[in-house]
Amino acid sequence: MDKIIYLDNAATTKINEEVLNEMLPFFKEIYSNPSAVYSFAGKAKAAVDKAREQAAGLIGAKPGEIYFTAGGSESDNWALKETIQAYSSKGKHIITSKIEHHAVLNTCKYLEGHGCEVTYLDVDKDGKISLEDLKAAIRPDTVLISVMAANNEIGTIEPIAGIGKIAHENGVLFHTDAVQAYGHIPINVDEMNIDLLSASGHKFNGPKGTGILYIRKGVKTSSFIHGGAQERNRRAGTLNVPGIAGFGKAAQIAKDTMEERNIKVTHIRNCLVNRVLEEIPYTRLNGHRTDRLPNNVNFCFRFVEGESMIILLDQLGICASSGSACTSGSLDPSHVLLAIGLPHEIAHGSLRLTLSEETSMEDISFVARELKKIIEKLRNMSPLYEDFIKNHK
Amino acid sequence: MYSEKVMEHFNNPRNVGEIENPSGVGTVGNAKCGDIMRMYLDIDGQGVIKDVKFKTFGCGAAIATSSMATELVKGKTVNEALKVTNKAVMEALDGLPPVKVHCSLLAEEAIHAALWDYAQKNNIVIEGLEKPVEDIAEITEEEVY
Repeated sequence: MDKIIYLDNAATTKINEEVLNEMLPFFKEIYSNPSAVYSFAGKAKAAVDKAREQAAGLIGAKPGEIYFTAGGSESDNWALKETIQAYSSKGKHIITSKIEHHAVLNTCKYLEGHGCEVTYLDVDKDGKISLEDLKAAIRPDTVLISVMAANNEIGTIEPIAGIGKIAHENGVLFHTDAVQAYGHIPINVDEMNIDLLSASGHKFNGPKGTGILYIRKGVKTSSFIHGGAQERNRRAGTLNVPGIAGFGKAAQIAKDTMEERNIKVTHIRNCLVNRVLEEIPYTRLNGHRTDRLPNNVNFCFRFVEGESMIILLDQLGICASSGSACTSGSLDPSHVLLAIGLPHEIAHGSLRLTLSEETSMEDISFVARELKKIIEKLRNMSPLYEDFIKNHK
Repeated sequence: MYSEKVMEHFNNPRNVGEIENPSGVGTVGNAKCGDIMRMYLDIDGQGVIKDVKFKTFGCGAAIATSSMATELVKGKTVNEALKVTNKAVMEALDGLPPVKVHCSLLAEEAIHAALWDYAQKNNIVIEGLEKPVEDIAEITEEEVY
C-alpha cells in the first residue's frame, strides 16, 4: 500500500520518535532491575522516578500518587475492584455512566456478580451525564463514582470538575477513566477533585502496554496485582523500565505541546466536520459540538452501513473505525450511540475519524472528497435510501 | 478477513438497481440488525428469470452475497432459483467468515421473498416455497438530523 492516512488515533497512536529514543537505552545498556541495590540499578530507578514526576506533572498530581500499570484496562480494573473492596464497610454501590469504555462497564458487570450494585447514568443527546441525575443517584452506601473524562467514540468531554465537586461534597470517591483525555486536554486532579484516574501510554504517542493509575494520597485502594513490593507495595511485578520511561517522556511532550497542538488539530478537525456536513446530506455529527476531544470526529451517514464504508476507505489507504454491529462483532451497534438516543439503523452508519497532529489539510481534503463518493455509491445501493427518496418526492 | 471473491463482488457488485414493474420483489432483513436486502425479479412467461436487480443496506459480506445471489439466479427457472441455497452462495464466494454466514442466509431469503411475491401476483403455487418472514423494521421518522 502507498500512503496511509491514519485516522484511528483513538484506537492507538504512533510512538513519538523522542519517546522511542528515551526508551531504547533501557532495553540494552541499562537493563537493570530498578529494585536492586547495586549502583547499576540506580540509573533505571532514576529513569522511573523521572517518569513518575513527568506523569504526575501532566495532571497536577504528586509523583508519589502515580502507580505504573500495564495499561488503561488494568488501571480501570484496579480502581474499581480494589476501591470497592477496600471500602466494603461503607457499602457496595458504584455510580457510572452508560457510555463508559468496556474496561469500566464489564468490570462493573463483574462486580454486580459479586454483590455490588451499580447505577448506570443516562447521557443526553450529546453524550453528557446530568449532574442532577448524579446527585440523585448518590446513596449512603455509595463508595465510588466512575465517569470517563472523555468518550472514546464520540469524543464528548464529561463535566468532570462538576462530578468531582459533587463527589467531594458527598464524601464519595471519584474515579475517572481518562484514557482518551490524558495528554489531550488539561486535567488537574486537585482542582477537579479526582481521587483516582486511569491513563494509557499508547493513546498519546507513548508505548503500548503502559499505563498509570493515579491514587490520591489517603485513598485506601488496595493491591490488584499481588506479589513483590514494587510501587510502594501496591502493584507487584518488575517495573517495565523502558515502557515507564517512554510513558514519562510522552507525558512531558504532551504537556509541553498541548496548547499549540490542540489549536492546530481543532482547526483541521473543524474543517473536516464542516465540509462533510455541507457536502454530504443526511449526515449527523455525533457528540458535543464544542465540548469534545480536539481530534475526534464521529458522523452517522444515514442509509449506509459502517463496515462497508470502512472497507472502501481502507482501499484508499484511509484507516477509520465504526460503531456498527458488523465492526463490533455483535448484533448491536455501539452502546454509546444507542445511549445518545440514536435508532439502531442510524447507529449502524457511524464513522469515527480521529486525527493526529500529523493529519494535514491535504489529508482531510482527500478524505472528505472520497467519503462523499463512497457515501453516494453505498446510498445508490441502499434500499433504505431508495424508500426515503420515493417517500419524499 | 474476506476472500478475494467477496472483495471483488463487494467492489464491483453485479446487478445493482431496481426493475420497474417487476414480476416479483422481496425485501428481507432488519435495519435494527444492520442488514436489509431487496431483490427484484423479471420473470418471463416460461418462468425463466430474465433479469434480476438488488439493493442492499449492510456490510461488505451482505453486499457481496446479494451480488452473487443475483448472478446465481439470473437465467434460471423459478424452480432452479429456489434451489439456490445460502450454501451455494457462500461456496461461490469461496467462503465467508463465520460471523457473516447470516448474510448468505439473508440472500437466500431475499430470493425466496421475491419469488413469493411473484407467486402471489400470478396466483400460482411454487412447490417448496414458503411465505418469507418480512421483518424489515420501520424506519424511525423522528428527525435526528
